[in-house]
Amino acid sequence: MTDDREIRATLAQALVEAAKKDDRIVVLDADLMSCHATKCFKEAFPNRFINVGIAEQNLIGVAAGMAAMGKIPFAYSFAPFATRRCYDQIFISVAYSGLNVKIVGSEPGVAAEANGGTHMPFEDMAIMRAIPKMVCFEPTDATMMEKALPDILAHDGAVYIRMFRKKAEKIYDDSLEFKLGKGILLEEGKDVTIVASGIMVARALEARVILKEQGIDAEVINLHTWKPIDKDLLVRSAIKTGAIVTAENHNVYGGLGSAVAEALSTTHPTPIRMVGVQDEFGQVGKNAYLSEVYHITTSDIVSAALEAIKMK
Amino acid sequence: MDSCELQFLTGKARQLRDDAIETIGTFGVGHIGGVMSVMDALTVIYYSKIKNIDCKNPRKADRDRVIMSKGHAGPAMYVVLADLGYFPREWLKTLNKNGTNLPSHCDMNKTPGIDMTAGSLGQGLSAAAGMALAAKLDNNPATIYCFIGDGESQEGQIWEASMFSASHKLNNLIVLLDYNKMQLDGPVAEINDLAPVEKKWEAFGFFVQSVDGHDLEAISNAIDNAKASIDKPSMIVLNTVKGKGASFAEAAKNCHSMSISEEMWRKETGRY
Repeated sequence: MTDDREIRATLAQALVEAAKKDDRIVVLDADLMSCHATKCFKEAFPNRFINVGIAEQNLIGVAAGMAAMGKIPFAYSFAPFATRRCYDQIFISVAYSGLNVKIVGSEPGVAAEANGGTHMPFEDMAIMRAIPKMVCFEPTDATMMEKALPDILAHDGAVYIRMFRKKAEKIYDDSLEFKLGKGILLEEGKDVTIVASGIMVARALEARVILKEQGIDAEVINLHTWKPIDKDLLVRSAIKTGAIVTAENHNVYGGLGSAVAEALSTTHPTPIRMVGVQDEFGQVGKNAYLSEVYHITTSDIVSAALEAIKMK
Repeated sequence: MDSCELQFLTGKARQLRDDAIETIGTFGVGHIGGVMSVMDALTVIYYSKIKNIDCKNPRKADRDRVIMSKGHAGPAMYVVLADLGYFPREWLKTLNKNGTNLPSHCDMNKTPGIDMTAGSLGQGLSAAAGMALAAKLDNNPATIYCFIGDGESQEGQIWEASMFSASHKLNNLIVLLDYNKMQLDGPVAEINDLAPVEKKWEAFGFFVQSVDGHDLEAISNAIDNAKASIDKPSMIVLNTVKGKGASFAEAAKNCHSMSISEEMWRKETGRY
């Protein structure tokens, strides 16, 4: 079921509420305020919203300088421009400097749709994950984004938020107990574990239903924080099911599949099948079409689960 | 500036140059050229202009900040900070050695008194602009001083940050360009020319002054003028000589980074 709330509007509104109590919070954008629904923040706090214009390197540098003065900046852009375009600035001015900047990269992977290959990052989490101490988080729906904000604010350090902007499939209700860095066991199973993030969570749950009809009992984990990774949860599940499928809207090189493989191979080696983009660039198209092209659909997860079970 | 202060600053600048020559010489190699060329302006800032600093509380909220965006001039900062008591002078002997708190490029998490990490050129000015903006939001009286290099000004981010600073009327930001006209591979004018640099900064909305970067009184007056700016950030073009005050560096064809023997630094400083 599609959510009735957009993730972008939910985050912006949650930031307005948080900023009423915490004057350290500032929001910066690089000429994409309209795309991020942050106008409400600008209206509530005109002096604490800074549009730097189309200059992402300066966006990150200014955010770093504000953080050095004690602010908690949220720096927004489309995911490729919030990461690739200013990677060295994030690496040196933010992470290596130990500064408390939150980076919001929107429209990950196929969500970039009509903006096409130049705007379609399948590598943002891979490169952000390679920065020491960077927390890498992908919200699943609006409820999770809202519930994650207190943890993101409480973390004294850099966080990358890979944010699907619009109305996602609704997975969670108000009963969600969220903890940054702790995966969520959504459905228990015994034959195979599907580890999913972002838009792939709803597909993983659909795949579970299809697998059930074939007599296969799949466990589903939403691994929203790719780094630090919840190794304990992965190992517990791998011991139980003995086979893993990862599902990501991202290149498998350096992405969720890699992260899970890194975590398990050193502790509990387990057969893994990776559903994700197989070293391809993006292109224009609708989410559903692109998901077929890049083999990240529900049926791709089902096939991968069957293969993973055979590898046991 | 009275003659007494001028005499004090002149002596201090000489002492700091000798400290830097000894510090880099003790390690054996380093960015002597750009360290020497900024030393007079650093001396004026730290010993005449700077407000609200406290070596016992290096992160005091309302202190003036100094960002050495040309981060390879780290040793120039270190000799000043040691002299002001931020850390023991003995630390200067550890420059760039295993486990040191004084790396070649400035690191805010290693060295007390360093306000921003730098080394990847072009980044410090954006951080300085962010600091100046945050200071204004909080009615913090801090002045933000930022040193940039002429070679560094070939980085596009410098111009992103300059446009932003003027757009936000950051009159609490004073940028000092170390215009020594040489970069690692040779003359700036031959590699990727910066001239006419004053006109460029004026066009980008700055209050621009151009001074002899080794004239302490001229630098002092320029900083006073900059602090009086009502609605513009300031650019002070320091016309400098790379290696100034280290005769072996001034005589070298290119002194961006040089090997310095014990004999060289002892002879230059007269410290035996």
